[in-house]
Amino acid sequence: MKRLSLSQAFWFLLRRDLLLAFRNRSEMANPLLFFVLVITLFPLAIGAEPNLLARIAPGIIWVAALLASMLSLDGIFRSDFDDGTLEQMLLSAHPVPVLVLAKVTAHWLVTGLPLLLVAPLLAMMLGLDEDAYGILLLTILLGTPVLSLIGSIGVALTVGLRKGGIILSLLVLPLYVPVLIFSSSAIDVAASGLPATAQISMMLAFLFLALSLSPVATAAALKMSMS
Amino acid sequence: MFKWFVKWFHRMGSPPHFYRFAGSWLPWLTVLFALLTVAGLYGGLVLAPPDYQQGESYRIIFIHVPAAWMSMFIYVVMAICGIIVLVWRMKLAEVVLICSAPIGASFTFLALVTGSLWGKPMWGTYWVWDARLTSELILLFLYLGVIGLYGAIDEKRVAGRAVAILAIVGVVNIPIIHYSVEWWNSLHQGATVTKLDKPSIHWSMLIPLLLMALSFKVYFIISLFQRVRAELLHRERNSRWVEELFRS
Repeated sequence: MKRLSLSQAFWFLLRRDLLLAFRNRSEMANPLLFFVLVITLFPLAIGAEPNLLARIAPGIIWVAALLASMLSLDGIFRSDFDDGTLEQMLLSAHPVPVLVLAKVTAHWLVTGLPLLLVAPLLAMMLGLDEDAYGILLLTILLGTPVLSLIGSIGVALTVGLRKGGIILSLLVLPLYVPVLIFSSSAIDVAASGLPATAQISMMLAFLFLALSLSPVATAAALKMSMS
Repeated sequence: MFKWFVKWFHRMGSPPHFYRFAGSWLPWLTVLFALLTVAGLYGGLVLAPPDYQQGESYRIIFIHVPAAWMSMFIYVVMAICGIIVLVWRMKLAEVVLICSAPIGASFTFLALVTGSLWGKPMWGTYWVWDARLTSELILLFLYLGVIGLYGAIDEKRVAGRAVAILAIVGVVNIPIIHYSVEWWNSLHQGATVTKLDKPSIHWSMLIPLLLMALSFKVYFIISLFQRVRAELLHRERNSRWVEELFRS
């Protein structure tokens, strides 16, 4: 048997996960639908006054993104855990954090990136200031991978549990707070016509921090869950 | 010195030894705690003068501030235990980690409650969504997450390691709490004790405050020792030393 190099293994795993996701398109659409649905609920609940909606649009969009990302988290490892693929992954000769990164990347491409497509539409419906659209997209581009990366730690800790759902939200949501604060504040600032460089730099810092540290924690948690 | 410490550290890792050690220290610690608390409360509630701006109601800081300090300190203790668990697989560190969590959660809760009681006369409301209050609340959720995760996993050795990873990940939140004061404009007062140049708190208030902080630390150790002893007995209930302990 030919041995895969590390980068081959990464791409192989990424392609496999993406392929599995595309074969199961209805499941792929669910987080997106959830995102749209949650945002639709807000005008219904608090009234359709345009000024109010424009004011709270950044917050609503990001809370909805947070919840959508959290609900889709369980999919990262669940099916692989159930059918034993995960165990083989951990037994493979490749470093587990890299494999984890491949899986998380695939998950983000499937659940996080599509939010980019609908976010401008929803922002328009909520009457967000047009100057802020670019920053909105940028925060989603930078923020959602952080959510997937941090979330993967929580999923890895709870994947062995039968009732992991509630406990997962308790573990993950507090850790999402910095992303929520800086992303919605960036949009807020941009909507009032000021530069959001500071917030965007912080989000970049979060992204690189999460990118470098969280796969290690996830790998440790997976090993713990399989023992 | 270092060799002695390593030896001491390894000996502490053995459950029967720690059980006896903690038991022999408990009475002394209790006396120390009582002395510190009486001195701190007397100094704070009687000797210290009323604040020229806040009157008498500032005196809640003698409970509030040490509790808030403890809430962060205990999380750091948990994270350090977490590292010990993951690196050396020490059973005792697992027990210390999980026994610290409810104590830390209680201190966090105490800090939140006393803070909002202070906020009512000062700010006119019990709760303000400012940076420190919010991050203290998030810290409470982190504690509850640790407790919840430990409770959800049946195999306790595995649960200990899971909680260790979570504690290390969550410790990222501690600097966020600390820097939140600078990050967001807030209603909360800036730090008054740890300012580098000169503390802007008078020594007649500072000394009782530090005494109370020490007394809270000692209380944490007392409470931790008792919890750890109980947990050790429970975990090691089938082992020789527990059997011998109860036969005599």
